[in-house]
Amino acid sequence: MTLTVNELTIHHGAICAISDVSFTVPKGQLTAVIGANGAGKTTLLRTLSGLNKSTHGTATWNEHNLLHSKPETIVRHGVSHVSEGKAVIPELSVVENLELGAIWRKNKKEAAESKAAVTDIFPRLGERLNQRADTLSGGERQMLAIGRALMSKPELLLLDEPSLGLAPLVVEQIFQTIRDLTTTMGLTVVLVEQNAMGALKIADQGIVLNLGKVAVTGTAQSLIADPQVRAAYLGY
Amino acid sequence: MFQLLNTILIGITAGAIYSLMATAIVLVWRSTRVINFAQAGMALLSTYFGYEAMVHFNSFWIALPVAMVGGAAVAALIELVFMRLLVKRSSTGPIAAVAPIIATLGLLGLIKGLISTFWGGADVRLVGPVTNIGYSIGDKTLAFSPLKLLTLCTVVVLMLLLTVLFQKSNIGLSLRASAYSPEIARLSGVKVDFVRTLGWSLAGASGAVAGMFQTVNGNGAFSPESIEFSLLLISGFIAAIIGGLESLIGAVIGGLVLGLVVSFVLMYISSSLFFIAPFLILLIILFIRPQGIIGVKAARRG
Amino acid sequence: MDKLKGANKLGLYVVSGFILFLLGNRVDELRVYQGASIAVFVVAISSIILLTGYSGQVSLGHGALMAIGAYSAVISRNSFHTPVILTFVIAVLIAAIGGALLGAAAARLSGPYLAGTTLALAIGLPSLANQFSILGGEQGIFFDVGFPPPSLGEGFTQYKWFFWIAALAALISMWLVANILRSRFGRNWRAGRSNETAAALSGINVSRSKILAFTISAGVAGLAGALLSMTIGIVSPSAFPLTLSFSLLTGAVLSGVSTLSGVMIGAVTLVAIPEIADAVATRIGVSERLTTNLPGLMVSTLLILTVLFVPNGPVEQHRTRQARKAAREKH
Repeated sequence: MTLTVNELTIHHGAICAISDVSFTVPKGQLTAVIGANGAGKTTLLRTLSGLNKSTHGTATWNEHNLLHSKPETIVRHGVSHVSEGKAVIPELSVVENLELGAIWRKNKKEAAESKAAVTDIFPRLGERLNQRADTLSGGERQMLAIGRALMSKPELLLLDEPSLGLAPLVVEQIFQTIRDLTTTMGLTVVLVEQNAMGALKIADQGIVLNLGKVAVTGTAQSLIADPQVRAAYLGY
Repeated sequence: MFQLLNTILIGITAGAIYSLMATAIVLVWRSTRVINFAQAGMALLSTYFGYEAMVHFNSFWIALPVAMVGGAAVAALIELVFMRLLVKRSSTGPIAAVAPIIATLGLLGLIKGLISTFWGGADVRLVGPVTNIGYSIGDKTLAFSPLKLLTLCTVVVLMLLLTVLFQKSNIGLSLRASAYSPEIARLSGVKVDFVRTLGWSLAGASGAVAGMFQTVNGNGAFSPESIEFSLLLISGFIAAIIGGLESLIGAVIGGLVLGLVVSFVLMYISSSLFFIAPFLILLIILFIRPQGIIGVKAARRG
Repeated sequence: MDKLKGANKLGLYVVSGFILFLLGNRVDELRVYQGASIAVFVVAISSIILLTGYSGQVSLGHGALMAIGAYSAVISRNSFHTPVILTFVIAVLIAAIGGALLGAAAARLSGPYLAGTTLALAIGLPSLANQFSILGGEQGIFFDVGFPPPSLGEGFTQYKWFFWIAALAALISMWLVANILRSRFGRNWRAGRSNETAAALSGINVSRSKILAFTISAGVAGLAGALLSMTIGIVSPSAFPLTLSFSLLTGAVLSGVSTLSGVMIGAVTLVAIPEIADAVATRIGVSERLTTNLPGLMVSTLLILTVLFVPNGPVEQHRTRQARKAAREKH
């Protein structure tokens, strides 16, 4: 059970956003995808969850072809995507946002168990179940977005910049939670991050994207140690 | 005093029907972000379905569900065939913002033309299940009849059903999530395309009820060009706008406000202000609150 | 150089005027009358194109603005015996004032709200005619621009006179509108249409620019209204039904809302459709009901097909295709 991406190429109109990208994400590991603005990180993730179309290549998860499938189908194969910018629906309450994540699941008992599990991971959400999501703080919204994704009982979690616009202390908390999801719950995670250092610190392996191409791959430690990566992305 | 009571009763009954029409417009707006000018045309078509059922079965209580199912089916068909193509074809370019408005206007013309071709332009009649002769208090006749009572009850029941559906069920959650953020809904596993079709069908059914009751509450006769339907087109639309387009409760408030104010204007100022009064009310309300009574400041797209 | 180009364009209008003049002498009365109708629609549709295509505002109420123009014209003509030219100028001015008022409200409203308000106006305003006796109620008021001057000769018919006035008015207003669209105002409108915030940041007063668009568009619509009632000979509420406003939109879409140069397509189509429908109906011998409804059905179908398949209009479509072809050949 791995995520395998092979020779993936994605175009935005005439612009080539991702070209000939190949990598694998082993089960139960946290993979950080880092790179500058416009490197194609978000596009890559959106394509894996079915929101964007690809031009060439393959991407499979559990023998399921992720390309040419609709997002609503892909989520049923155990792939949950938390899109960029605190992806919650502000007009709905916290509990409705959570229930939305499990809306396609037939087994309502299991869904209720998932809800209990999510409120265990994020007790703050449990205290605010009946509040509207737009009354939450930035960090709480990000927790809700992840919580909603967990309600779909994913095996592969795609996270797009969860640290964006959050206070450093909150970022640390969120990163710790993401690490725990892999370690304790055995989830496979792809974490796209601008905050390269923070992401590599919790990751098992890292992929550096540059202008739509894979620049470097390796274990997280080796990337942190790589002088070129340090200079270009870690800032020291 | 008696006149005041009558004015209020007339206003509330008319307003209830407008609310239903406004609800249809709001449902479509929320599911596809399109103002459906053809809604009254679809309601008219559903009423003709109801009329056909009435001819065959001679029962309003069969005609009403037939009209609703027919209205829902037509709406679903339009969404499937027409709106999806529209969204795909003209979502960019200088007229992206006005293309849906123009397209639904074309649809209105097409539906009316087809109706006139099939049923002709002459009046046909629809009779309500109970009398429209007002209750008497002493020697005076109230402007409120068993039929108007039935109209009010039907609207209240339908609105309650819709509210429960929206607030308490998974389908309602899907409908709301798809309206507010189609992308997040999709990522959560909601089949947004299907949900949109469903939203249109609900709208089609609501419009059908509005059409049926608008007809029997009038003089029972209707035709593609009858005043009742012009009024339904304009009033349902204005009520939806007054209510802010986003919520069912807004649609109900918009309908009642419009019904009551028009009723007062006609009774106490001049009955020839029939068509201009809704415009003035709309202008005044939008001048105070450009986003409607219960509207969100910037309409969301997506 | 630019000035020369402008002069050339003016020459183009003069030449087209001359061609129209020749044509007017060669065809029969019905065609002359249809020519006048086309000219009226050209004026009316260009007012929609200016508003919707260039400044991005929707109006379903231009029928009402046309009514304002028509009523102002007929009242000034009948009560004050104004000369024909002045009559039309008054129609333009008063409709423009109405447009400015409506525009002030419109600038605060976004898409659907604006569409609703103008729709309500289109239905509401003509009914005001019953409210004031000076407006003549449901029957309307006769509108007479007078006989053609005797100097034009014996055979010069009334319809030809209508055609002359309408065609001249159409040429003048097209020339003016085309120049306005090319000016700073036109650029401001397009900027505001594509991105209001960006336009505002670059120093354009977006709401004032929108109100101006509404004012000018209303003035042009007022002229069209006065011309229309001239050809009908009467001003009444029933001359300005909701379907008129819808037809104008249809005409504008068929012309291509964002290109003034396509305006003839829409105008000719609107005038020709009843005749085409009639020909089709007699040719294939359809039922009487279908015959009466065929024009309406054709207009609606055409409108839908255009929005779906050539949303930016045939002219723009052609241009894009040419541009693409040119780009390919360059390769």
